[in-house]
Amino acid sequence: MTASAQIPDLLPVLPEIVLIVGALALLMVGAYGGERSSPLVNVASIMLLAAAAAIVTWLPSGKLVTFGGSFVLDDFARFLKVLALGGSAAAILMSLDYFRREKILKFEYPVLILLATAGMGMLVSAGDLIALYLGLELMSLSLYVIAAFNRDSAKSTEAGLKYFVLGALSSGMLLYGCSLIYGYTGTIAFPGIAQAAAQGGLGVTFGLVFLLAGLCFKVSAVPFHMWTPDVYEGAPTPVTAFFASAPKVAAMAIFMRVAISAFPTILVQWQQILVFVAIASMALGSFAAIGQRNIKRLMAYSSIGHMGFALVGLAAGTQAGVQGVLVYISIYLLMTLGTFACILSMKRPGGMVEDISDLAGLSRTSPTMAFLLAMLLFSLAGIPPLAGFFAKFYVFIAAINAGLYALAVIGVLTSVVGAYYYLMIVKIMYFDEPQRSFDPMPREQVVVLAVAGLFNLLFFAYPAPLLDAATAAAKSLF
Amino acid sequence: MYQAIVFLPLIGCLIAGLFGRVIGPRPSELVTTLLLFASMVLSWIALAQVGFGHHDERIVLMNWMTSGNLKVDWALRIDTLTTVMLVVVTTVSALVHLYSIGYMHEDPHRPRFFAYLSLFTFAMLALVTADNLAQLFFGWEGVGLASYLLIGFWYHKPEANAAAIKAFVVNRVGDFGFAIGIFAIFMMTGSIDFDIIFAQAPALVGKTINFFGWQADALTLICLFLFMGAMGKSAQFLLHTWLPDAMEGPTPVSALIHAATMVTAGVFMVARLSPLFELAPTAQTVVIFFGATTALFAATIGLVQNDIKRIVAYSTCSQLGYMFVAMGVGAYSVGMYHLFTHAFFKALLFLGSGSVIHAMHHEQDIRHMGGLKSKIPFTYWMMVIGTLALTGFPFTAGYFSKDAIIEAAYAGKNPMAIYGFVCTVAAALLTSFYSWRLIFKTFHGKPHDHHHYDGAHESPYVMLVPLGALAAGSILAGWPFYEYFAGHHVADFFRASLTFAQGNTILDDMHHVPKAVVFTPTVMMALGFLLAYQFYIRRPDIPVSLAQQHSVLYRFLLNKWYFDELYDFIFVRPAKWLGYTLWKRGDGWLIDGFGPDGVSARVLDVTRNVVRLQTGYLYHYAFSMLIGAALLITWFMFAGAH
Repeated sequence: MTASAQIPDLLPVLPEIVLIVGALALLMVGAYGGERSSPLVNVASIMLLAAAAAIVTWLPSGKLVTFGGSFVLDDFARFLKVLALGGSAAAILMSLDYFRREKILKFEYPVLILLATAGMGMLVSAGDLIALYLGLELMSLSLYVIAAFNRDSAKSTEAGLKYFVLGALSSGMLLYGCSLIYGYTGTIAFPGIAQAAAQGGLGVTFGLVFLLAGLCFKVSAVPFHMWTPDVYEGAPTPVTAFFASAPKVAAMAIFMRVAISAFPTILVQWQQILVFVAIASMALGSFAAIGQRNIKRLMAYSSIGHMGFALVGLAAGTQAGVQGVLVYISIYLLMTLGTFACILSMKRPGGMVEDISDLAGLSRTSPTMAFLLAMLLFSLAGIPPLAGFFAKFYVFIAAINAGLYALAVIGVLTSVVGAYYYLMIVKIMYFDEPQRSFDPMPREQVVVLAVAGLFNLLFFAYPAPLLDAATAAAKSLF
Repeated sequence: MYQAIVFLPLIGCLIAGLFGRVIGPRPSELVTTLLLFASMVLSWIALAQVGFGHHDERIVLMNWMTSGNLKVDWALRIDTLTTVMLVVVTTVSALVHLYSIGYMHEDPHRPRFFAYLSLFTFAMLALVTADNLAQLFFGWEGVGLASYLLIGFWYHKPEANAAAIKAFVVNRVGDFGFAIGIFAIFMMTGSIDFDIIFAQAPALVGKTINFFGWQADALTLICLFLFMGAMGKSAQFLLHTWLPDAMEGPTPVSALIHAATMVTAGVFMVARLSPLFELAPTAQTVVIFFGATTALFAATIGLVQNDIKRIVAYSTCSQLGYMFVAMGVGAYSVGMYHLFTHAFFKALLFLGSGSVIHAMHHEQDIRHMGGLKSKIPFTYWMMVIGTLALTGFPFTAGYFSKDAIIEAAYAGKNPMAIYGFVCTVAAALLTSFYSWRLIFKTFHGKPHDHHHYDGAHESPYVMLVPLGALAAGSILAGWPFYEYFAGHHVADFFRASLTFAQGNTILDDMHHVPKAVVFTPTVMMALGFLLAYQFYIRRPDIPVSLAQQHSVLYRFLLNKWYFDELYDFIFVRPAKWLGYTLWKRGDGWLIDGFGPDGVSARVLDVTRNVVRLQTGYLYHYAFSMLIGAALLITWFMFAGAH
């Protein structure tokens, strides 16, 4: 009774507070300022995200716990928060030109992203099941809205609706899992669950299955992935870029935290789930992408496949595995943002184009973009010495060291199949007859593409900072 | 000096080959020809110094390779055997170079041609100066390569390409045996240096090699394998099929490679390895058998051929058989003697044929010739000289060497020697017949093709001079050398370069054969001439009716004993079938089908099905999620919850 009356330590939550207060303030600015204020709100949002990231790094180091253990800020959370904040900022940055052209540059969009990002922050730091659910829903509700952001477009609204309905179903499953876990362990705090689950029992396992099913939906892992292609294709492209980046980071983060800190004692059980889900995701992502003509749909399957690869690392269940996932997710974030910067530049005087065949002959109409995109695609395919190779390398090594040989071998084989569709795009860009050239690339995209492209090309030369940070983050989880 | 002999042709080859396009055809011709003549002059000097002045030498140029126990130097082994070959090779090669300037003057690729010729000469010289088996093998393969390139020189002709490939492939069979022989020698002696091998050879007598579970006599096995290489290179019976086809190459090539030099490499090799063969009587028997069979067999085919070059080619094949008979009975110097004289008159016959072909605008069928005597008299008389020498007309070069072989075969102690004698005598008759047949049908009688006949003209001097030089050789290469090759000075002349085992008195015995034996070849020669005269000058209808009466025999001979068809049936078609099957069924169906093509097709199938799952209906998606969860639950209920 006395504990709840006290005001909890708010310092660890400062980044989320900044984001939420800032979002509400900007909402006021937008509501009173009208359409004119949109550019200002956009810029201010980016600055808020940057400020939040700065606060995350500025906060005292070590493990900070508040709200009675519901909110944990450790190195793991810091690492992923910075990633998520960066991804969100890039997503807003890349959306500016698009929305301006489509004449839907509205102040609500950055505000919704700020709220979603605040949800991600909570999700990453969740220390019990309630915090997990709150963070997840805050993020998801914002995402449902922005999926349908182009409300005059049937496809966009369809995407939003599908996402919402299926998201609701997944939330239901997740909640059901939570309640089962609470019922069988008598606690919602992760450390408590870890202790109670040690006795085992089918009930906890069932709870785990439903909980993980809900999380799999968020990272779009097979067989909970079905929404992904439709939503990716239907949503406005900047929204797709956002979906493919920051929320994936946050969802993967909570996936890891739940698995490692709440259920370390029944590792064997969730390892089986993850092996199944990872194999299914890698295989489906690789095979289905081959059949795609729309590049956004292709990226949807690509992200399904990549989540499968990331889960390979988590399936190892070791610190090296978690480190591998962190490296993977970081590199994936940058590759995806860079690729979407290119996709967002696929516009001609008539409007945006989304077909892969529209890239034909890009090497001759805009060689620099073609080169960077080709490098990103090679990297996504996992070809050395590009960053994507190391991403795969670390998760597969972790899997091998954990004795999951079959998983690693299947992973490598599916990445071979997956290489086909990435190389196909490269082939179209370099060997097919040129189409009309695209409009010049807007500055914001150039910045994102340059950062992503250079990181991708040069990662192998100086990988230490990322690896060290990932090591520290992974260590804090165990 | 010896280095110059060997490497001047290589320099010529490099100049003509690398810079031929820059400096043009004429300078290429001149450079290569002049270098070859320089090499020839030096070779004759070398023969005088080594053969008559007794200055054997061994010049180490460099260490070629060292690997474990195997140490191979690049060294020039200069002894009489080598210098005889040097003289033969450089002389014929120089004359052929000169001749080619005229013969090839219309060809646009002359620099390449001369580069190949010089390359061949270099490889041949490397072969004859070899000091160890590796070097010998290098030259052996080098001449094979040059032969391949030159047979296929007119690569736009499909027959030339086929012939080149055939020559190469058939020689591979022989070379396979040769290589195994070399390996066996290395296994038994631990070295491939001639000096070491020869020193150890007597110790190998009676030793055995386990050859696929069969305890074979080491020396016999080695010699048989080595002889297999010689059979391929020297176109002996069973491995002879490539030589007639090789006539698709330009005629100077036939004269140089397929008459005078390369095909004698096998003979040379046996002579060089005489210390081994002397210790392996069984192998010698085999050598005689194959030599004698080839001598007779090739002569029978020569009887009915119609292509002027093919007749000469079969004649070459037959004469090589003679040489092997001499080698087999242990009369190595006699075999070398025939090699030496044969080089002159056979090159003469080939170059003469080339002159005829040149005059007839590349007509090679003697049925379309006739009466050319008055049109190209110089060529005619040269050809006659060559034929006299080949058939062994008294006091020509061939007379001495060939009769010496027949006498040696008679005197030989090997049980197979008498077979050699019978075959070579019979072959002498046939040789005389087909050689004169060629002369009569080509130069006498009435012209059969007036169009070509009217345009026939004598060749330029650049072609006639080599003919004259070779004709002189055909007459004079005989008796001045008789004592050195087959008479009393053999031991003095060849010294250590040839080995005659204890008890090998063949060189002495051959001088004590009955008088009848001495005269037999000459009688045969005369008989053949008369027969040919009767058949082709007096009664040209006889051969026609004979061919009709004995059409089976005639076609058997005309089709070369059906060896090509036989090999085609036994080897070529199964090999092609195997290759085709492995290609279509093995690679195309099995590996591609289940490998790349199959996998990619299955990938597309999977893709198609997976994409079909994505219906766009919300309830399908929800269903999939529920099924997924249900599957996992079921799994843990029944299997995974422990």
